[in-house]
Amino acid sequence: MTDATVSSPAPTRARSFPKVNSRAVVMAIYLIFLLLPIYWLVNMSLKTNNEILGSFTLWPRDLTFANYVTILTDPAWYMGYVNTLIYVVMNTVISLSVALPAAYAFSRYHFMGDKHLFFWLLTNRMAPPAVFALPFFQLYSSVGLFDTHIAVALAHCLFNVPLAVWILEGFMRGVPKEIDETAYIDGYSFGGFFVKIFMPLISSGIGVAAFFCFMFSWVELLLSRTLTTVNAKPIAATMTRTVGAAGVDWGVLAAAGVLTIVPGALVIYFVRNYIAKGFALGRV
Amino acid sequence: MDWMAWTWPTAAFFATIAALLVVFTVLAIRFPETPRMGVLRIETTRGDRLFITLLGSAFINLAWLGLVGQAQPAALIVCLIYAGAVFRWV
Amino acid sequence: MNKTVNHKAWFLVLPVLVLVAFSAVIPLMTVVNYSVQDTFGNNQFFWAGLEWFEEMLHDDRMWNALQRQLMFSGIILAIEVPLGIFVALNMPKSGLWASFCLVLMSLPLLIPWNVVGTIWQVFGRVDIGLLGHTLEALGIDYNYTQNTVAAWITIVVMDVWHWTSLVALLAYAGLKSIPDAYYQAAKIDQASRWKVFRYIELPKMAGVLMIAILLRFMDSFMIYTEPFVVTGGGPGNATTLLSIDLVKMALGQFDLGPAAAFSIMYFLVILLISWVFYTIMTNLDKKGM
Repeated sequence: MTDATVSSPAPTRARSFPKVNSRAVVMAIYLIFLLLPIYWLVNMSLKTNNEILGSFTLWPRDLTFANYVTILTDPAWYMGYVNTLIYVVMNTVISLSVALPAAYAFSRYHFMGDKHLFFWLLTNRMAPPAVFALPFFQLYSSVGLFDTHIAVALAHCLFNVPLAVWILEGFMRGVPKEIDETAYIDGYSFGGFFVKIFMPLISSGIGVAAFFCFMFSWVELLLSRTLTTVNAKPIAATMTRTVGAAGVDWGVLAAAGVLTIVPGALVIYFVRNYIAKGFALGRV
Repeated sequence: MDWMAWTWPTAAFFATIAALLVVFTVLAIRFPETPRMGVLRIETTRGDRLFITLLGSAFINLAWLGLVGQAQPAALIVCLIYAGAVFRWV
Repeated sequence: MNKTVNHKAWFLVLPVLVLVAFSAVIPLMTVVNYSVQDTFGNNQFFWAGLEWFEEMLHDDRMWNALQRQLMFSGIILAIEVPLGIFVALNMPKSGLWASFCLVLMSLPLLIPWNVVGTIWQVFGRVDIGLLGHTLEALGIDYNYTQNTVAAWITIVVMDVWHWTSLVALLAYAGLKSIPDAYYQAAKIDQASRWKVFRYIELPKMAGVLMIAILLRFMDSFMIYTEPFVVTGGGPGNATTLLSIDLVKMALGQFDLGPAAAFSIMYFLVILLISWVFYTIMTNLDKKGM
């Protein structure tokens, strides 16, 4: 074998020209595979229904924003976004505020049953929502919280609190313990130390945890659809209920899809280096 | 609490599990746990072995139900043997 | 990090405990209660013993759903893991181009699951979708609403599209931790590309790959939203995976007893896999990977 095909992938090495090319080609093909379906959705959202159904076009011939206008002016659509935002924000706030102290405890101390507790949290992150849909429905109906935002926010705590605890613990264990001890010697109370010194140190961890809580609550369909009918109906349910009826308004559906992607896409640049860590529950 | 549809057997079932947890917590306070390496080549403490026992028992009961039929007392005997094995060798 | 023993730390964990107990333990207890009873509505319950469990265990419905589920999880793992590693090996190591790739690759991961379903539902349609239309033009019979094979291909490709990047990003994180010296040593020894992969890169990635495989297995095992939006479990029951079947039974037909028995068995399997996951994770931590 000659060096041309054996050359190593180390970045510092001078790379032979064909090698660079093959890597770039692989990446380009993969990225096109990823982007094509998304492009198609965006493309459809900018077409009229006549164009979508009547002729097959690779880009909008008759560019229109009417689909977006429909969503932003029709309460049946935009209230879906409002409802989703309300319970997602509630859930993120609840999850983070209970998870922060707990994650600190797990990262700093040994206590009775700590490992089992940590494992038990994991099982809740892993539990299929389908198992919980029915009892949640009964539970929230019986306490009169059915079809409210707080019901969905609490239901999503099932997987988001464990998620937040695990991610935050992953970040906190990277902070040396000496910092805590110095702060206590300097006369900080636990609360003062936690808010003034510790939280700024793990701010990126808090950001990532918040992002993932937001994300998983935002994408969850089954529980949010089961627990709501009208007043707190999420956008995901609005979208799936439109499907299946005769004469789907494809343009509006595509536009709704694009608008649902936007929150994730907006912050993607800031979290790009932490995505693997977040999905792997802070373990990478 | 109506919607939870409690029955005596299920209440007794959860009470048993709760009691087991309490007993093992007390045991852990009295005689601190020391992890050991067992046949599964993983470190386990007493609490871990309890978990393995309970989860395994659930599967034994299900298997018994599927293969033999509704004769759970017999399955429970198998579970006890299994529990003994877990606490001895795992 | 060496931790100190401090049982007062319990107070810091208490809020989480209360909250998760409320949203996990109470529902689970309810499921257990339902599983041993029969109901005709109105919160009137009758003792049924272990009948539902026995019925479900002898019913083909659950086994078929489980079979489809295992097939689905197996197929997507067999595709996503090698493909993810391959993509990670080809990713640029640094610079603007690396950031660019990272951002674009993360995009599918952050798309809401129901929209993932919508995207592929639209993309695969013969009348309005690029994929369906192209395949039709090529003379391939592809209709995922009627053809079982097409439906399966659609949901598998969708999952590959959705999650391969996660495997790639995790593998990439493992690759980046390999010091340059390793490659230089390999170069001196004139190791082939395959040997570099087999003896340097793969062992260094083993930890993250384990996490990736387990995560993908768990998440695919409880997948609901995406296939539900695309196929609704059809044609017939061809793509009715475990979660879809359970939801049909519990909320569609409101068969509380059988659905509860199903739920418990489903949950037990999840519990077992979670335990394996946790044990492997803690062992990796100990080895410092």
